[in-house]
Amino acid sequence: MAPHDLRRPFKRPAISDQQRRRDLSLLRQKQNRLDAQRRARCLASSVLSFQSEPKSPSQEQSHFELELELEIEPDAEEHQGPATTYDVRQASKLRGTEARRWFAKQLMLPEWMIDVPPNLNTDWYVFARPAGKRCFVVSSNGTTVSRLRNGILLHRFPSALPNGARINNVSRSGQSYCILDCIFHEPDQTYYVIDMVCWAGFSLYECTAEFRFFWLNSKLVEVGACDTPSTFHKYRFATVPVYNCDQEGLQTAYIGPVPYVKDGLLFYNKHAHYQTGNTPLALVWKDENCSEYVIDTDSKGQVPNQQQLVLELQDDGRLATSDDPSVIFGWLNEDFIQKTGLHAGNLLRFAVNDGGLSFVDGKLEKADLQYLGQSNRARAFADSYSKVMFQYIVRHSPLKIEHLFASIGPLGDGDIASHDVEMAA
Amino acid sequence: MAMEVTQVLLNAQSVDSTVRKHAEESLRQFQEQNLSVFLLSLSGELAGEDKPVDSRKLAGLILKNALDAKEQHRKYELVQRWLALDMGVKTQIKACLLQTLSSPVHDAHSTASQVIAKVAAIELPQKQWPELIGSLLSNIHQVPAHVKQATLETLGYLCEEVSPDVVDQDQVNKILTAVVQGMNANEVNNDVRLAATRALYNALGFSHANFSNDMERDYIMRVVCEATLCPDVKIRQAAFECLVSIASTYYEKLAPYIQEIFNITAKAVREDEEPVALQAIELWSSICDEEIDILEEYGGDFTADSDVPCYYFIKQALPALVPMLLETLLKQEEDQDLDEGAWNLAMAGGTCLGLVARTVGDDIVPLVMPFIEENITKPDWRQREAATYAFGSILEGPSPDKLTSIVNVALNFMLTALTNDPNSHVKDTTAWTLGRIFEFLHGSTVETPIITPANCQQIVTVLLQSMNDAPNVAEKACGALYFLVQGYEDIGSTSPITPFFQEIVKSLLHVTDREDAGESRLRTAAYETLNEVVRCSTDETASMVLQLVPIIMTKLHQTLEAEKLSSDGREKQNELQGLLCGCLQVITQKLGASEPAKYAFMQFADQIMNLFLRVFACRSATVHEEAMLAIGAVAHATGPDFAKYMPELYKYLEMGLQNFEEYQVCAVTVGVVGDICRALDDKVLPYCDGIMTQLLKDLSSNQLHRSVKPPIFSCFGDIALAIGENFEKYLMYAMPMLQSAAELSAHTSGADDEMIEYTNLLRNGILEAYSGIFQGFKNSPKTQLLIPYAPHILQFLDSIYMEKDMDDVVMKTAIGVLGDLADTLGSNAGSLIQQSLSCKDFLNECLSSDDHLIKESAEWAKMAITRAISV
Repeated sequence: MAPHDLRRPFKRPAISDQQRRRDLSLLRQKQNRLDAQRRARCLASSVLSFQSEPKSPSQEQSHFELELELEIEPDAEEHQGPATTYDVRQASKLRGTEARRWFAKQLMLPEWMIDVPPNLNTDWYVFARPAGKRCFVVSSNGTTVSRLRNGILLHRFPSALPNGARINNVSRSGQSYCILDCIFHEPDQTYYVIDMVCWAGFSLYECTAEFRFFWLNSKLVEVGACDTPSTFHKYRFATVPVYNCDQEGLQTAYIGPVPYVKDGLLFYNKHAHYQTGNTPLALVWKDENCSEYVIDTDSKGQVPNQQQLVLELQDDGRLATSDDPSVIFGWLNEDFIQKTGLHAGNLLRFAVNDGGLSFVDGKLEKADLQYLGQSNRARAFADSYSKVMFQYIVRHSPLKIEHLFASIGPLGDGDIASHDVEMAA
Repeated sequence: MAMEVTQVLLNAQSVDSTVRKHAEESLRQFQEQNLSVFLLSLSGELAGEDKPVDSRKLAGLILKNALDAKEQHRKYELVQRWLALDMGVKTQIKACLLQTLSSPVHDAHSTASQVIAKVAAIELPQKQWPELIGSLLSNIHQVPAHVKQATLETLGYLCEEVSPDVVDQDQVNKILTAVVQGMNANEVNNDVRLAATRALYNALGFSHANFSNDMERDYIMRVVCEATLCPDVKIRQAAFECLVSIASTYYEKLAPYIQEIFNITAKAVREDEEPVALQAIELWSSICDEEIDILEEYGGDFTADSDVPCYYFIKQALPALVPMLLETLLKQEEDQDLDEGAWNLAMAGGTCLGLVARTVGDDIVPLVMPFIEENITKPDWRQREAATYAFGSILEGPSPDKLTSIVNVALNFMLTALTNDPNSHVKDTTAWTLGRIFEFLHGSTVETPIITPANCQQIVTVLLQSMNDAPNVAEKACGALYFLVQGYEDIGSTSPITPFFQEIVKSLLHVTDREDAGESRLRTAAYETLNEVVRCSTDETASMVLQLVPIIMTKLHQTLEAEKLSSDGREKQNELQGLLCGCLQVITQKLGASEPAKYAFMQFADQIMNLFLRVFACRSATVHEEAMLAIGAVAHATGPDFAKYMPELYKYLEMGLQNFEEYQVCAVTVGVVGDICRALDDKVLPYCDGIMTQLLKDLSSNQLHRSVKPPIFSCFGDIALAIGENFEKYLMYAMPMLQSAAELSAHTSGADDEMIEYTNLLRNGILEAYSGIFQGFKNSPKTQLLIPYAPHILQFLDSIYMEKDMDDVVMKTAIGVLGDLADTLGSNAGSLIQQSLSCKDFLNECLSSDDHLIKESAEWAKMAITRAISV
């Protein structure tokens, strides 16, 4: 029967420093394990590959000022170094040219709608595209950076996105970055988020559009990114209303009021993952009612008499679109290339002559093109086949909104052929 | 043969070591040759009235040690060995034991009673020896008092050894009746009454049914209370010990007796001998413990029926209780501060006062303040010390609002007293009180700061001066400084301590070099305070922390120079090395957490590691825990370059992992292996065969303390994450072990809180292992190797979800594993997950959790599953 001894620690702190050392070590180990786990969970799935010259990101860091210049190195495309794989976190540390080139390849680029996909009403979403600058917004390490399609830095600012501002007392892990696909809308200085690629370190690349839109709508509001700007939140973010592409949805997207200037309609396949580069599972369509810019303008903002297009010169002199695989519109002969001092990889501007584009069985057979010169230096890509085609049909026999409504049909059976039969009867 | 045993047993107690060793060897051989005969002759020896008392006593002790051991695995072996013995032999031994209870020789019957309890502890749970309690109870009515005493002692030991659920209520009733009758004032023999009172102490755990019956409880309480008034001091003390135990075990039944309890305790505290008075105070401390627990757990909100309500006994007794406790404070002993083991009325009273303050909060302040004001300036040191101690004791509990204004007035007084009071006791308690002020009323959570730019300098100056005072005072001053700097832990980038940083460090180092730093824990306190100063430092002082590194390294180096140490000297060296390694660990962890500081720190890494390895090398069999802990911090700071230390370090890692006896060392080493895995990534591969082998051995061992097993499983995960698909070769060993541990930990039905807590730790370890393995294999061509394990893992997740007793940590890890499984196995996992019984519910529950980490893991898992299903 031992006497009660538990009150012995007389005039002593309750915990020994040795125990404190053990506990703090355990705490550190626990945190390190959590970080390792997070790293393993997030990053491997968001690794994207990138062609780069063999220059390490750390060397590039000294060229910090470079990114503030809005000038593009004209022959950036010529460096074809070994493939380097960066994850987004590493990439966010890239500076200057490398950063621009990396980010330029990360956006999902919708094809232009040149014919109506089947099952539009069941498998697709539609929304009105805000007019503005398409950009990638990345929040990490307490700051938020937006980069245009060609990789140029648009803004660097604090935001309410996870890890988007240096606010004390927020103990987000370093892995907690976000990547949003946005359009910056100048008139109201708002980033309209049209897609979500990574959220708080979780990659959404391999999630369906359905899931991404769900996530986007629930998360963005939750963190206060849609709040009015404040010290730690310089620009407002906003979601765009997304509809099922049925009669009502299409109607609302087409004529319904939105707080931004519309620039056409975007159609997203519900089941498609976020795929970088051109994809036929996201489509853009426009007419004069929903866009100010249906027909391409030249550098002075004038609609040229002839359709113009930009193609990339290849090694063998062929002229290719930006598609993968590319579509060949023609070729330049060697003499001409030598005379003009062009290199493979140059982006060249052409006008479509009266001969136009000829098709056999829906495939391009012949294009009557006239060489105008090298394209604007800010361009990163040649035009895509669908873009050229859309511009061509807009000038000749446009795909009209009626066609879209017709494909959906009042019963929503989505079969344009049966609709025709009904009309004929 | 019997004669022979007697002589051997006597020889085994001989003063002549040769004779003694020879005898011990004979006993060992005898036991090995024939256990049954050995135990039989021992029991015969114990029972033999014609045998010398010394041989009987030793025979009994050897018997007792043959039935029980401290180490769990050894205990288990002994139990199995006894159960396997021949029934006839056991019957004979037990008969001898029961017979010995009637021996008039005290040492013989007292030893027998302990052996009987040990046998009962083995046999009663097996439903063997059913007649034991009956035959013991029949002894109670025997005339010789010593038989009655021996029997009551046996019943007491039995209740101590045996779990209450293996004894029928009917038998419990009979035991209690016998015991309480023995305690009754009618019992004229004090030895019997004392034995009965001590037996009741052990039997209280059996008495839940009896305490629920008003009549029986009244009777027991009356008898116990009467025994506190018995003329025999030992009986009074034992009776108070019963009351203390009743107060904790049956708190909710105390209400009808609380007034009576107060009366008898007040009388005992004021008038009785110290051992009794101490128990009387302890009773109130125990009631405080209960009420603090209740109030903390339920936050004063008692809605559920099963909750024990708070009866606010302390609050009600306050007006009488506080003056009683304050009186005790004046009964200090001279030099009590110099005696580590001292425990007296003043100390117990002050401790109880502190608990009362925690129980009632603000209400205590007006009751104590007049005592402080009256005594704090008196010429008698006892009065000044008592007043200060009272003040220090009530600082935890009352609200800062209530205390801040008083403390602001008192602070200056305390600082003056610490400098000028002529009495060392007063200074000791004053420094302690300052520490309590800083501990409870200073820091980022306190609204009105006690320490301001105006008084900070003075406080630091006074504390640093006191570090030159007597060792016990200096130690308390270090403690006060510890809490002073701790209050600035979350201060941000600029700390008010910065201007004094250099001076503080210099003073603390000076203290560690004091000739008398070995007294009163002074050196330890100085290093611990230095550690806290480092932990709470800011970037402003990083360069000064860095300057500490070579200083501490030099000191550590000096401990390695000592040659040919005595065992006492070796122990001191070991302790000092512990403090220095601890300090280097804290510095490493601090500097390693900030990039620029880490860069500067790394210049010392080679030398530090070299020193740690030498610390290891100066011991033969064991690994120094503090050095190992520090190595983990170095590995974390160093990263992949740590590989260069591995060839030399490896053997010590192995040694640490083999240390079953000092399980803390083993646990620390397991943690360090995790650090190394994260630092080296796949460069750890060459060492993994050895490490995995040792970890698997550790898991299979029943000697290793169970608390180390969950971290070992987590360590599997660390290894797998580091070496990726190379973990393949360990799968066939690790997976079955994880699987069987998972099965064991899936269900907790009938387990107590402690067991559920442990089970959750185990689950978390298992799940972290799965997580690491899945993530390690991700994107490798070998993921299909994991597919066969997936159904079992999903089933494990199902069952812990169904069990509804996992804690938040397990929930977070578990839902993460679901995601890892989907992430790594992709479409292979999709259909399995869809078939799972509860994954969807589990996921939804986690998605709507309030816990940020659970939600984060769940959102991730949801995405991983979505991807797996949509592929």
